Amino acid sequence: MQNSRKLIGHLYMAIFLIYLLVPLAVMSGAAFNASKLPTIIPWKGLTDQWFIALYNDNRIWGALANTLFVALAVVIIAVPVGAAGAILVNSISGRIRAVLYGMMVAPILVPGVVIGISTLLFWNQFSVPSGLHLSVLGQVSYIASFVMLLVLARLQSFDQGLEEAALDLGASHAQVMRRILLPHLYPALGAGAAISFFQSIENFNVTLFTRGGADTLTVYVFSKVRSGITPTINALAFLMIMVTIVFAIIYETRRRRNAAIEASREAEARRAEES
Amino acid sequence: MHDLYRRYGKGLTYTFIGLTFFWLIVLVVLPDFKLLEASFRPYLPVADIGGPKDVYSLGNYAQIFGNEVPFSIFGIEVMIAARIKVFILTIFYSGVVTLITFLLAYPLSFYLAKVASGKTLPTLFLLLFVPLWVSEVLRSFAWYIILTLKGPLNALLMTLGLISKEIRWIDGYSPVVITLVYAYVLFMLFPLYNAMQSLDSNQIEAAEDLGSPWWRTHLRVILPHAKPGIASGAVMVFMLSAGSLLVPAIINSTTGNWFTQTIQGIMLEGQDWNAGAAFAFMLLLFCTLAVSVAMRVFRVKLSDIAK
Repeated sequence: MQNSRKLIGHLYMAIFLIYLLVPLAVMSGAAFNASKLPTIIPWKGLTDQWFIALYNDNRIWGALANTLFVALAVVIIAVPVGAAGAILVNSISGRIRAVLYGMMVAPILVPGVVIGISTLLFWNQFSVPSGLHLSVLGQVSYIASFVMLLVLARLQSFDQGLEEAALDLGASHAQVMRRILLPHLYPALGAGAAISFFQSIENFNVTLFTRGGADTLTVYVFSKVRSGITPTINALAFLMIMVTIVFAIIYETRRRRNAAIEASREAEARRAEES
Repeated sequence: MHDLYRRYGKGLTYTFIGLTFFWLIVLVVLPDFKLLEASFRPYLPVADIGGPKDVYSLGNYAQIFGNEVPFSIFGIEVMIAARIKVFILTIFYSGVVTLITFLLAYPLSFYLAKVASGKTLPTLFLLLFVPLWVSEVLRSFAWYIILTLKGPLNALLMTLGLISKEIRWIDGYSPVVITLVYAYVLFMLFPLYNAMQSLDSNQIEAAEDLGSPWWRTHLRVILPHAKPGIASGAVMVFMLSAGSLLVPAIINSTTGNWFTQTIQGIMLEGQDWNAGAAFAFMLLLFCTLAVSVAMRVFRVKLSDIAK
């Protein structure tokens, strides 16, 4: 590859990263501006008043608690449901498998608005009032699909011979499950739980139609942005971005340290081979 | 199935089946049937529900007609119902968003898969992931701040002398398209990257050694190989855009309504759940159609898209 083209590649990458990150910087900047409207120009001086306003906003903390509660409930239901679906789909073949697989994947592509409204109407006919419990059920219906895909991918590398061996040696069915299958699936279940948690926190469409009167953080921020906006939301955004960056830095330093350890080990092995 | 029974026994097998049944039947299929059933019911006061007036009709679907407004296609002006116009424009601009994200992500995924060194790659991906962890509502809000009339974008362009008068960005569909592209470009990037990464670099070199100019290498070697990734990314971005309610509702301009906003208006402001069901069902029907067409055109299976 020619160098000039490589240079264009680097340049494009840099511009793209700036494009991704500048809006976040603008939003964070507005959190410190003394202007009553969320903007960075004109700059009216540094202030911390929006952070204090955020701290005193009780509704936002209630919404946060609701969000975490919903996300936890979604994880608790979606992980076993998705895993069961994956195990079931993995054990059959042919046409039924294709149909079942299609049914399990389809919810990812269904618009959230449709999931929200159908969930609301379905439970309403049994006189179940709307509220966060319906949001949980609506969210599980498509988040379980992500778990299913992760677990199914992990099952591809599973050696069923291990289970046969355990059964031959007199293990019970429960033991086979607990001691052989589950440990193999742990990474996928962990990843599934993490994805479920974040998908749930992010969710807006399903929650909006099923929530009844309750707030989640996304819905509350949305209503706040729609009605009179104050930079309080920017203060919240700044804190969230900071948390993300701190986690990213921790992740990156750990990765680099592991990479360095790996490299030194390899070098040592090479030296040992040579001598 | 028999195999499952032998390995995990009766109890666990039934548990698996029960959980899957709960998911697919109770949470997915039955609610969708209810949606379809409700969409044929009229909007009645509580006392009349189940009474003689509660009969099935196509009345809710007919609500998409009426209130005709002018609509110009290729310069030809026709009269068309306002809600149909919004529906068509939503689909059209979702297509535009998909195309723009593809054009933005294609060179970048090529760079990440074939040019960037293995050492910097994890760091680059980490940086790319940062915006994804910041919630969508806040990212849309960020663009609202940037695009306002007295906002930083206009100020920057004025300082650079590129424009002499402030541009009204939040007008029509352009702010929605801009923000949707920003929100979903990474959903195009990652499947494209995955597809390109599996391409053997020797194939590219072979093409170049045989005298193929760079654009033909892309057209004949790289693009065909990346096809499943393109299909996956395009379906994802299109579906997310067409189904998005958050972005168009935040970057709100009265001249740029999204179909999901129409549904929201009927459901939450009009409180007419049955008409809302009819409109939601139309959206669902269209999405199913769009995915099947995409699968035919790209000749990919659902399992390729779901990757």
